[in-house]
Amino acid sequence: MSTHSSRLAARMMVAPSVVLLLIWMIVPLAMTLYYSFRFYRLLSPDRTGWTGFTNYVWFFNSPDFWLALFNTLALVGGVLIITVVLGILIALLIDQPVKGQGFLRILVIAPFFVMPPVAASIWENLFMHPQNGLFAAVAQGFGAQPILFLEQYPMWSVIGIVSWEWLPFATLILLTALQSLSSEQIEAAEMDGASAFARFRYIVLPHMTRAITVVILIQTIFLLGIFGEIFTTTQGGPGSASTTLPYMIFKQAIAAKDIGRAAAGGIIAVILANIVAYFLMRGLGRNLDN
Amino acid sequence: MARALSPRRKLITTLAAWSVALIIFFPVLWMILTSFKTEASAVAMPPQFLSASWTLENYADVWARSDYPRFFLNSVVIAVGSTLLGLVIAIPSAWAMAFVPGRKTKDLLMWMLSTKMMPAVAVMIPLYLIFQRLGLIDTKLGLVLVLMLMNLPIIIWMLYTYFKEIPGEILEAARMDGAGLWNEIVYVLTPMALPGIASTMLLNIILAWNEAFWTIVLTTTKAAPLSAFIASFSAPQGLFYAKLSAASAMAILPILILGWFSQKQLVRGLTFGAVK
Repeated sequence: MSTHSSRLAARMMVAPSVVLLLIWMIVPLAMTLYYSFRFYRLLSPDRTGWTGFTNYVWFFNSPDFWLALFNTLALVGGVLIITVVLGILIALLIDQPVKGQGFLRILVIAPFFVMPPVAASIWENLFMHPQNGLFAAVAQGFGAQPILFLEQYPMWSVIGIVSWEWLPFATLILLTALQSLSSEQIEAAEMDGASAFARFRYIVLPHMTRAITVVILIQTIFLLGIFGEIFTTTQGGPGSASTTLPYMIFKQAIAAKDIGRAAAGGIIAVILANIVAYFLMRGLGRNLDN
Repeated sequence: MARALSPRRKLITTLAAWSVALIIFFPVLWMILTSFKTEASAVAMPPQFLSASWTLENYADVWARSDYPRFFLNSVVIAVGSTLLGLVIAIPSAWAMAFVPGRKTKDLLMWMLSTKMMPAVAVMIPLYLIFQRLGLIDTKLGLVLVLMLMNLPIIIWMLYTYFKEIPGEILEAARMDGAGLWNEIVYVLTPMALPGIASTMLLNIILAWNEAFWTIVLTTTKAAPLSAFIASFSAPQGLFYAKLSAASAMAILPILILGWFSQKQLVRGLTFGAVK
């Protein structure tokens, strides 16, 4: 099938995607790199020029940056742990022959289709609100003071909301992997007297390794860029308590109108994503080889 | 690995599974219930359920009194437009990579996926400035372009994994039977590729509909889709819970239905074929 002319035709067919993605990636990245070394504030348009690493130094000297870095990693790590652990448990549960399994799956998958601003606003207003939220009602029912979720525990609240959104994704993928496990293997182990835990530890978990790896890799890509949930609920506050790196860069660009600094932050975010990707691939890459 | 259970254990697991599923779904359910309450009933403490006063007015109000229909239409145009444009560009590419693979095809696919690793904030500023110069800020065309580019790697990957499963021998058999290229495309390839293209389309409409970074950054009012509208719904302080819920319900309902239809294909699409 691969004659010379068909190869040429194939290249022509691939070219538009490659060119578009190259432009999409390289042009903005080059511009961001350029701006990151410039003095460029929209509020003082007369002053321009090269500033060397000043914008980067500002970030590294800012306590907010280290907090934002910590928050970003806490968000990714926290949501990963919650969704993978709960996802495994729920997948094990739903995989049992229960009545109405099809409808169950529909209920469980639903949060994944809820757009981030809606998810955030449901939790913020209907559940976490200190006067009108359902959690406040429950607290009052027990005679306790309502918890000020978004004021006192903003990062935990955001982690909770994002976990709710991503739990269905983890559950669905782990469930799919679980359903391809043959029951004979489990039954054989059962007859050999393996305990439920041993069956899980030595048969079920190894079978799910690949699916768990995929969940971690894909969720990390999306979690590093979480934005809408924070924008809708805490706006990064109180203070900078729930500001992540993407949100901090957004604030520098939109509120402070400091293009140079925001660009430097963008480059730092790229470096961070690469570091995370490197460690993920090193730690998990071999799980993906068949 | 479903296995037979004793009746008693079956009852317990059924109850447990249903409880967990209902807890996960509850926030959506509560939002939908709230959207049918009057504003006073929506914020009543303790929360009202059986004693609540129900109404359909919130939906009518949201639809008639705000610019809701425009936000809704913007969402449709942006999600469907970016998906169709992405498909037009991706189908030939995925097709070529699946049926005429070269030595570098795998590397090329990995590189395309790696563009997804780039944080959106890193390209936000140049894109904003470029859009400003081209007059694309707050336009549907601008968002269609950005969301298409953002999801293009996913579209190509999904299509590639689907096309890969069409056996090449079928083409050869058709050719032996004397089918010309046109007949081959119309009668053999298209029917086999359509289900894959359809699920790719569904998943990408869902992703584009729910996008909430570029829609917030690149729009103000004119081209804002539902995700930007809900995000900027100013802190209601208990005054507009029912209306906010109605607006939210209408924003997620189309996608919830599409999503439930496509859930079988979802795992495969979202894991780029790594989990089937």
